[in-house]
Amino acid sequence: MASTHVTKRAKYKTTIKDPGTPGTLRMTFEKILFVPHNPKSAGKLDVEFRYIKGKKHTKEGSNKPPWLNLTNNQNGSFIFEFENYSDLQECRDFVGKVLAKGGEVSEKPTVAYPDEQLSAAEMELRIKLLQEDSELQKLHKQFVLSGVLTETEFWATRKKLLDREASKKTKQRLGFKSAMISDIKPSTDGRTNKVTFNLTPEVILQIFAEKPAVHRAFLSYVPNKMSERTFWTKYFRAEYLHSTKNSIAAAAEAAEDEELAVFLKQDDILASEARKKIRRVDPTLDMEADEGDDYTHLPDHGILREGSKEMTESQNELYKRSLSQDINRHAAVVLEGRAVDVELEDTKAVAEALAVKTEIESSNKGESDGDTSRERLDRLSRMTEIEDLQGPNTLPLAPLCIKDPRDYFDSQQANALRSSGDALGEIEQIKCGLSTQEVYGSLRESISSIKAMGLKEPIVKPEVAHQVFDALTNSISNTKYHIGKNPQESVLDRLPRKTKEELLHHWTSILELLKHFWASYPITTTYLYVKVNRLKDAMSNIYPQLEEIKGSVPSELRHQVSLLVRPMHQALDAAIQHYEASMQKRSAQSGERPNGYV
Amino acid sequence: MASAPSKLYADDVSLVVVLLDTNPFFWSSSSLSFSQFLSHVLAFLNAILTLNQLNQVVVIATGYNSCDYVFDSSSDLNRSFENGRMPVMCSSLLQKLEEFLIKDEQLSKEEPEGKIKSSLFSGSLSMALCYIQRVFRSGALHPHPRILCLQGSPDGPEQYVAIMNAIFSAQRSSVPIDSCYLGSQNSAFLQQASYITGGVHHKPQNLDGLFQYLMTIFATDLHSRSFIHLPKPVGVDFRASCFCHKNTIDMGYICSVCLSIFCKHHKKCSTCGSVFGQAQSEAASASDKKRKTPET
Repeated sequence: MASTHVTKRAKYKTTIKDPGTPGTLRMTFEKILFVPHNPKSAGKLDVEFRYIKGKKHTKEGSNKPPWLNLTNNQNGSFIFEFENYSDLQECRDFVGKVLAKGGEVSEKPTVAYPDEQLSAAEMELRIKLLQEDSELQKLHKQFVLSGVLTETEFWATRKKLLDREASKKTKQRLGFKSAMISDIKPSTDGRTNKVTFNLTPEVILQIFAEKPAVHRAFLSYVPNKMSERTFWTKYFRAEYLHSTKNSIAAAAEAAEDEELAVFLKQDDILASEARKKIRRVDPTLDMEADEGDDYTHLPDHGILREGSKEMTESQNELYKRSLSQDINRHAAVVLEGRAVDVELEDTKAVAEALAVKTEIESSNKGESDGDTSRERLDRLSRMTEIEDLQGPNTLPLAPLCIKDPRDYFDSQQANALRSSGDALGEIEQIKCGLSTQEVYGSLRESISSIKAMGLKEPIVKPEVAHQVFDALTNSISNTKYHIGKNPQESVLDRLPRKTKEELLHHWTSILELLKHFWASYPITTTYLYVKVNRLKDAMSNIYPQLEEIKGSVPSELRHQVSLLVRPMHQALDAAIQHYEASMQKRSAQSGERPNGYV
Repeated sequence: MASAPSKLYADDVSLVVVLLDTNPFFWSSSSLSFSQFLSHVLAFLNAILTLNQLNQVVVIATGYNSCDYVFDSSSDLNRSFENGRMPVMCSSLLQKLEEFLIKDEQLSKEEPEGKIKSSLFSGSLSMALCYIQRVFRSGALHPHPRILCLQGSPDGPEQYVAIMNAIFSAQRSSVPIDSCYLGSQNSAFLQQASYITGGVHHKPQNLDGLFQYLMTIFATDLHSRSFIHLPKPVGVDFRASCFCHKNTIDMGYICSVCLSIFCKHHKKCSTCGSVFGQAQSEAASASDKKRKTPET
């Protein structure tokens, strides 16, 4: 439906019982326009789609007439009656389309900065963070949706939060199943002579990982010599031959078809890899492989794959498989983990990716083979060394550097002495005209006098004691009611909860605004200038809100609240002062540029 | 290291470490004479020892050039100072105090004029904390320690860092620091010390009744403080001194690595050596601007 508008004849009803005003209904992407046929009637309607919240309609099979009910934000509804159901259907689809689009638009936050391209993942992260943290959501709603701060600015200081969220989302790679799915049993169709093998991309990946010979064959044969389908058909023919336990027939077919032979033979890649690994093993430590791994050529080895215990001739040895080999190989692949992270649908891509990976591994191991043998010898000698006969082995350590703490304190002393001359204005200075000797002398005199005369009698006069006691009790009981018993108990806890939350919210929003405000100075571009203006307006709006809070609190707590609010005022005042000072400077500097652009 | 709960002791056994200010420059200009002060204090110490048989008192003198232990109630050396006019404890304390003052005077050197005459409060606080640590490690059975500072000298801003370190380690070991300020101004260090460690700070209005103040407020043991109301200060002066000039500041620059406070913009932090980055056009640089408002 490519139309951008729909026009239909309909009747507009305000309620269900209303007979309805006949007229024309015209819907575009922005609004609904209903014009009654009779210009004198009052049913004209012009509603924007923004206000439409939802739609309801009557079902076609029911006996009801075709109605479409559009509900708006204020819970009112507009009912339109159509002439037939197909009209209703069209209109309904159109409304549905518009509402869906409108829903999208309202959810996406306004990106005012056109340069920023947000990926869908990034948007999701942000929305998730907002949903989890209600405080953040409140701030976001308050500032970004009202246009004081832009999205970018808001999130610019919260990169750490976003990173943390993003890292939580890194996908865990699923490992392989431990069931051997590469061992596909075919389903037989009783009616025809066909056997059906089911092949999924997961199974393909496993087959390539477990049987490198098959992998190599795939890479070389497809798409040059045969199609993928033919390849898999041949592979499954080989599987079927194995399953029939007919090694003679297998040999016969292998002789005919060389590609088939590949699937029927033992996996020579595995064998050579096992041999290579054995060479690389460090006997002192590493049990990565041992002689037992290369068991594929051993005769009479293990339980045969298809359960037969017959001894067969050695010429058909090649075409047998044993259960233990397959299980061990599967286990090894599962433990290695999923080596490639490619879309499984494209078999060729999977094959290539696996090939690249094995190539890299083998080249890494290969090129170091020459050095590794020497390295291994080194390690062997190191591990088997006799400590008594060796010289001292000092490991390279960074020398411990403990700074002398006196350096730090002494330097501070020197600083203090140097500048204590200017600092004395505030700090109390003992006016001491006496010399050191006199001063110590007087102190010692006091001690001798007390030694001679004993302690003062009485220690404290009763009136004085009484006075002190009274004063203390009074002050203790007063402060208990005003401040609370515990010196570390906060005033905030004694306020009603709503006030406390409001105050805390104001504090965080003031901090947010101030952060952006101070970071914008010095103003070098118009963008910053505009931003600073916006922030200043937002800050001025906070003052009346704080006054309101103060007024809403009962009178005995009002003083406490004003004490709490004072630092907020101070911070805002300082910011606004700075703003005005810089404005003045700017207007003084640039007389002929009234818009303040520097 | 936190103290192990000493369940076998009664709850109100306390060890009080008293830091006595013996700064001669302060006492020569104070309204309360040193001998009167000593009478009040000596009677108070005696009273503490009578509150509970197991109570202990240790007195450390905070001098101008040095600090030293002058009295330990748990030591047996008090016997030799017999004096008919006063209890044995007092005479031994006075004797040791006199010796300490003589030593302290000998250590004094020529000072430049105009320096603030503050006592070595940080030194005696550290000595008190070391003594208390030794008590903690002496076993499970020990009294509950607290520190009482009787200070009159003004704050020496060059001791800010050392005092704050001592306060935080006292907080860590749960040792409350009570303080009684006898001078005329206000001491920010003592207020902060008591606030942070959960002790009591008071500035007596009437110094003639000092004994009554000491008995009412500072004799309370730690267990009883949960139900006895003690005076609370209305506000605490949290202003810090800057690390470069030792001025008290309330708005300054802070190194984001070691949290040292500076009053001016520096290229490099003098404590940890980290280099401050260049201020970028919009983002904040390595040292942020931070505002500390005094809580009232």
